Amino acid sequence: MGSHGIKDQVAIVGMGCTRFAEHWDKGLDDLIVDAAEETFTSAGIAKDDIDAFWFGTAQSGMSGITMARPLQIQNKPVTRVENYCTTGSEALRAAAYAVASGAYDVAMALGAEKVKDSGFQGLNANNAPNDGTARTLTAAAMFSMVAPAYAKKYGVDPDELAEVLAAISVKNHYNGARNPRAQFRREITRETVLKSPRMAGCLGVFDCAGVADGAAAAIVVRAEDALRYTDKPLYIKGLAFAAGSGSGLVDPDYDYTHFPECEAAARDAYQQAGITDPRRQLAFAEVHDCFTPTELVLMEDLGFAERGTAWKEVLAGTYSLDGEFPINPDGGLKSFGHPVGASGLRMFFETWLQLRGEATPERQITTDRTMALTHNLGGYPGEMVSFVSVIGTELG
Amino acid sequence: MAAEYDLWVMRGILSSGGYVPYRRLQRGAVAQVLGTGGGKGTRSVASHDEDTTTMGVEAARLALRAMPAAAPSALWFSTATPAYLDKTNASALHAALRLASGVPAYDFGGALRSGVGALQAALAGSGTTLVVLSDQRDGLPTSADESAGGDGAAALLIGDDTPSTPAIAEYLGGAAASDEFLDRWRAPGDQRDRLWEERFGETRYVALGQEAWNAGLKTAGLSVADVSRVVVVGMHGRAAKALAKKLGVSAEALVDDLTGTVGQTGTAHVGLTLADQLEQATPGEIIAVLSLADGADALFFRTTDALASWTPERTVADQVAQAADLPYGKFLSWRGMVTLEPPRRPEPQRVSATAAQRSEAWKFGFVGSKDRSSGAVHLPPSRISMDGGAVDDMEPAARADAQATIATFTIDRLAYSPSPPIVFAILDFDGGGRFPVELTDVDADAVAIGDKVEMTFRRLFTADGIHNYFWKARPVRRRVSPKSEA
Repeated sequence: MGSHGIKDQVAIVGMGCTRFAEHWDKGLDDLIVDAAEETFTSAGIAKDDIDAFWFGTAQSGMSGITMARPLQIQNKPVTRVENYCTTGSEALRAAAYAVASGAYDVAMALGAEKVKDSGFQGLNANNAPNDGTARTLTAAAMFSMVAPAYAKKYGVDPDELAEVLAAISVKNHYNGARNPRAQFRREITRETVLKSPRMAGCLGVFDCAGVADGAAAAIVVRAEDALRYTDKPLYIKGLAFAAGSGSGLVDPDYDYTHFPECEAAARDAYQQAGITDPRRQLAFAEVHDCFTPTELVLMEDLGFAERGTAWKEVLAGTYSLDGEFPINPDGGLKSFGHPVGASGLRMFFETWLQLRGEATPERQITTDRTMALTHNLGGYPGEMVSFVSVIGTELG
Repeated sequence: MAAEYDLWVMRGILSSGGYVPYRRLQRGAVAQVLGTGGGKGTRSVASHDEDTTTMGVEAARLALRAMPAAAPSALWFSTATPAYLDKTNASALHAALRLASGVPAYDFGGALRSGVGALQAALAGSGTTLVVLSDQRDGLPTSADESAGGDGAAALLIGDDTPSTPAIAEYLGGAAASDEFLDRWRAPGDQRDRLWEERFGETRYVALGQEAWNAGLKTAGLSVADVSRVVVVGMHGRAAKALAKKLGVSAEALVDDLTGTVGQTGTAHVGLTLADQLEQATPGEIIAVLSLADGADALFFRTTDALASWTPERTVADQVAQAADLPYGKFLSWRGMVTLEPPRRPEPQRVSATAAQRSEAWKFGFVGSKDRSSGAVHLPPSRISMDGGAVDDMEPAARADAQATIATFTIDRLAYSPSPPIVFAILDFDGGGRFPVELTDVDADAVAIGDKVEMTFRRLFTADGIHNYFWKARPVRRRVSPKSEA
């Protein structure tokens, strides 16, 4: 028994990503076609060269046919994947393991979500028939409980913590302003964040990720075949996933200042990838900044700061684009919005651009480090699924 | 005739509880908004998450907790404003009170007189009957019914006096006077009553009331001078006032009928005022209630020595005192008299009947499970323990009557609610167990970490005509009346 990972066995050889936006003029099929075609071109192959497909969508459609129909994929294995907000990452994990197993030579993971056809604000889940006793809080409200708990535990003045959270939002918007695929491309000021209308608890509009439609995709092959497709492949160093049991909601010991599922996924990913000092070994990280307190706590859960110190690091600019350890150089969920099925793959897309030196110059990170991390979570504090990947440009 | 005396069993009230919702409408607020209507004083207003069923549960919990030794052998629920028709509402109370399957649960519904009728039948019957009366009174904006009405519930545990379940008030007897005449009526589906010219009803009620009063005194073997507390209740306020003056009792005996603060709670009012009087009375007093509803019913009780050692869970007086005003606009929206723009969020989906039935103990009774080996409490119940992983080794963990402490909380301005914002807290229960739950009857600004709360049975929402009942938490309110301090 053990989690062994597939370090250096599988490579990403092509990626694509639509702009994330309120695509009133594009349906789910358009988003799937746009992301897939860009990805085929990126890898230099055709649809028929792909042996198997994994399609991530949380609620835009059912079954692999939702992807097979618009792409006209005939009688190939197309599987729909859903795992809360980590859906896109899960599609890639499935495709990578399928290739690593030797079952297929070439596999594609595509995540897509058409959120803005519902007519409602925010993200909305379709629940199975139930007894009516489950809570009906928004994600914003659930995550808003993290901020006061963190402030209390580490003795941070609430007003100072508000500045910290505002700094996270400002940073991610700064990065998103330098990304043509982001939903929001304007820098904002700390005043804008602090004065924005409250949504839940202490969280204002600018503490929350946007809501957008989008799609992203990747093609994976065995590592030894990678150079046949591109001279700059990305090698998978680790893929880890952890689902909590939901016990945080009912366990009096849980204090809302950390996410055990994220810590567990990070531990496993680092072990698979041989990472012992993530902040010094990784070039940057894409993390799931659904709300500003989430990103704050993740810095500690993922080992980018000691417990109780991330707030100081945020204020010191550690995680800025030009800081010691950039976080969300593409702008994060904050600038991209969160089309659930696509977000995990959108994070991979930023590593694809950055590690290959193809990001827009004003946000390209210059570093001699060759590995990066993506982190994707779903659910709520106390009841969460979490994904962590490490990918790099070099074997070994 | 000593042998006959030994066989005689005293029957009466073993325990009682009145429930008055937290919110009040200042009657003066009606005229401020609409230029007319309203009046003096306040009326009680059921929260947007309450109905006659949930208010009945609250009253019943108070009565049962004040007499833990008593086990009801029947549950009778009466209301003129039922949450469901055809479907029995008493069964939700039965489940929330965690009564045994063998305890029958019946509705006495429809007419305002059904409340006093249920009480009378229980007093005349046998066994231990929990009589729950509940009502929610509506009227069109500016109407007299809107202002004079009130929302509330009462529960009276009726049974035989025994050493372990002593009666706090003996039923001495009573009388009824019935007549067919038209004073107020409501067609099925209508939200408000229609009224005949007021003078006509007054004439009938005063005559019928005097008839029942005199006959009742005779049956109970009392003279007017014996009666120390009298309440005349009825939706016809003018008739009740006029009749009270003709009963021949002293002014001091005409006690507060709660119409100035709570309003006329219809079916429930006979029980609510009786509960209120029992909470204030001393042993050996004669309490009379005279109810006017399509006739008249007079009931006479004598409080017993056991009253001195009976402690109400939460007095009506405390609930009257500890209230918060509700703006008239919000009152109108809660009553469905004005329709507000809903949030652009999906409306809740209907509850699954099968899923709800499977989780009856949890959903209606708030019973979780406790791991026998590790002691870990699971809310909701779990077959496998989160601590140690023991499988199917749990015992029930009832938490409806446990207090809890707010570990942390938040305010959700986005989530769907009939009255946003939602205040939501993570609760740690006395006796173990954590549960995240919505708070109710609370002002968001007044909530703090560490506050004590208690559970209350509520209606979360209604979809497809199905009411979704579950529990919320509300602040534990200080006990202020002298009787509660005892």
